Amino acid sequence: MVTALSRSSLWLVSLLIAVVACAAAVDTGFAIHMFIVALACIIGLIVTLRGVDLSKAILAPDQGRYDDDPIRWGVITTVFWGMAGFLAGLFIALQLALPVLNLGFEWTAFGRVRPLHTSAVIFAFGGNALIATSFYVVQRTCRARLAFPGLARFVFWGYQLFIVLAATGYLLGITQGKEYAEPEWYVDLWLTIVWVAYLAVFVGTIVKRTEPHIYVANWFYLSFIITVAMLHIVNNLNWPVSFVGSRSYPIFAGVQGALVQWWYGHNAVGFFLTAGFLAMMYYFVPKQAERPIFSYRLSIIHFWALIFLYIWAGPHHLHYTALPDWAQTLGMVFSVMLWMPSWGGMINGLMTLNGAWDKVRTDPIIRMMVMALAFYGMSTFEGPMMSIKSVNSLSHYTDWTIGHVHSGALGWNGMITFASIYYLVPRLWNQPRLYSLRMVNWHFWLATVGIVFYAASMWVAGITQGLMWREYGADGYLVNSFVETVAALKPMFFLRAFGGLLYLAGAVVMTVNVWRTILGHQRAEAPMSDAPYDPEKDRPVVAAAPAAA
Amino acid sequence: MSAHSTYDMLRHLADSWGLLLMTAIFVGLSAWPFRPGAKQLNREAATSIFKDESDV
Repeated sequence: MVTALSRSSLWLVSLLIAVVACAAAVDTGFAIHMFIVALACIIGLIVTLRGVDLSKAILAPDQGRYDDDPIRWGVITTVFWGMAGFLAGLFIALQLALPVLNLGFEWTAFGRVRPLHTSAVIFAFGGNALIATSFYVVQRTCRARLAFPGLARFVFWGYQLFIVLAATGYLLGITQGKEYAEPEWYVDLWLTIVWVAYLAVFVGTIVKRTEPHIYVANWFYLSFIITVAMLHIVNNLNWPVSFVGSRSYPIFAGVQGALVQWWYGHNAVGFFLTAGFLAMMYYFVPKQAERPIFSYRLSIIHFWALIFLYIWAGPHHLHYTALPDWAQTLGMVFSVMLWMPSWGGMINGLMTLNGAWDKVRTDPIIRMMVMALAFYGMSTFEGPMMSIKSVNSLSHYTDWTIGHVHSGALGWNGMITFASIYYLVPRLWNQPRLYSLRMVNWHFWLATVGIVFYAASMWVAGITQGLMWREYGADGYLVNSFVETVAALKPMFFLRAFGGLLYLAGAVVMTVNVWRTILGHQRAEAPMSDAPYDPEKDRPVVAAAPAAA
Repeated sequence: MSAHSTYDMLRHLADSWGLLLMTAIFVGLSAWPFRPGAKQLNREAATSIFKDESDV
């Protein structure tokens, strides 16, 4: 009982600190955040005092069993945050088409809800998927139970607190103003602690492995965890104005600050949204296809090429700015070189289906994985093309960029995550199968058609915008005012929102499917494919009666 | 050393010896799975994720 007492005191001390910080806060936002932290401490205290039995999972875990509790929680939070993030996305897409939806409140203005959307889908939906699948894959490929079970639970709950603080902060107007790195200094510090714990759990599990070789998926997960730690720390080197306030200033200024931000920003794409999700691909695609990866050698080249090339690509976000010209060219050249390993990885994933291509027709989960790889290939071709300076002079700052990001995020990250969730849910909850495979198929088509609407409308919008911005008249003046370009895009904004609605509808179908699977229900439905059989025709041919003489 | 000469030195280091070193490490790491005798090891690694399906 010493542990329960010491844990309760830890919660009490944290609660006390949070309450003091709340009372001494110099701004409302910080006070509200410290109130949320205090609430989290109270919840922790109540759970501790109600005497949850830690002996099974944490103090004396059964090493002959995998530790799947944090993974089950992670799958549920992935679905939950996914729904929240997609809904926020649809809301801001509609705001762009119908500005009245800003509702006249500062908390619901586009500028505040947009980072809520981006962080919810990338860090909450994607991050929970990455943490959950990495814990699953590292245990299965190492054939060892998760190391540091207490720390693993801290990683899960600590990450949820990070998400809640970040999300509420955006709506309250607490932001560093750095894209994908909006949370302020104290939230950044909290994430750093959580992330170091995550690294410890992951590396600890690899260290206690019984399988001699470290499977390539773990290389991708490890590079994602380490690189994100490095990026996060360097890009958030800020000094707070007050230690009980939410405002801080970065130590990098001007063009250096911009370069650090986009070194961070692009590698968040490269290591969070690419390396981490490729780790899912390298485990779940071979498992679902029941065939080993097409070429293990190619997967290793894919890995090292991503590591060595991605880290230099950031400057392509700063073409035609004050950044030195050589650095812009360097960013462009490395981005173009990235095309090769990306397609190598896509081919590696697709060719895994060699000899089993019929599964694309019969297994909607494989179909989702193939679509994810196709979008991985498409967006990693589009990206290098857009990083070329002359293309970028047309595409930069336009909706083409938004379309590109979403073909990667909805097509690649979303589809591979959905497929992994469908793989995991029956296994984690010990069910014979999913509630419904036909609903997976519905999800597949809703999502795919949604992405097509999204990407196509944003190509048209982006190129229209780019061409209108650069159009000069015979008198040497710009032809279009900014508001004219916005008016020209309005139909495209509606089409984009429609695409988002379809994608969200697909996610709703998934939520129902996952929910019913967890409850143990199985939908009575015809199988996805079967050899044709017609009882009417299943009979011998009777010779026609001879005609009457 | 002034800020500009530090910049100048690092910039020239980056596009000469730095670039050469990085390229050499990259080529070495990529060539590693192609070393003689690695074929069997690669096959074992690729199929290692299916071991749990045939456990008793």
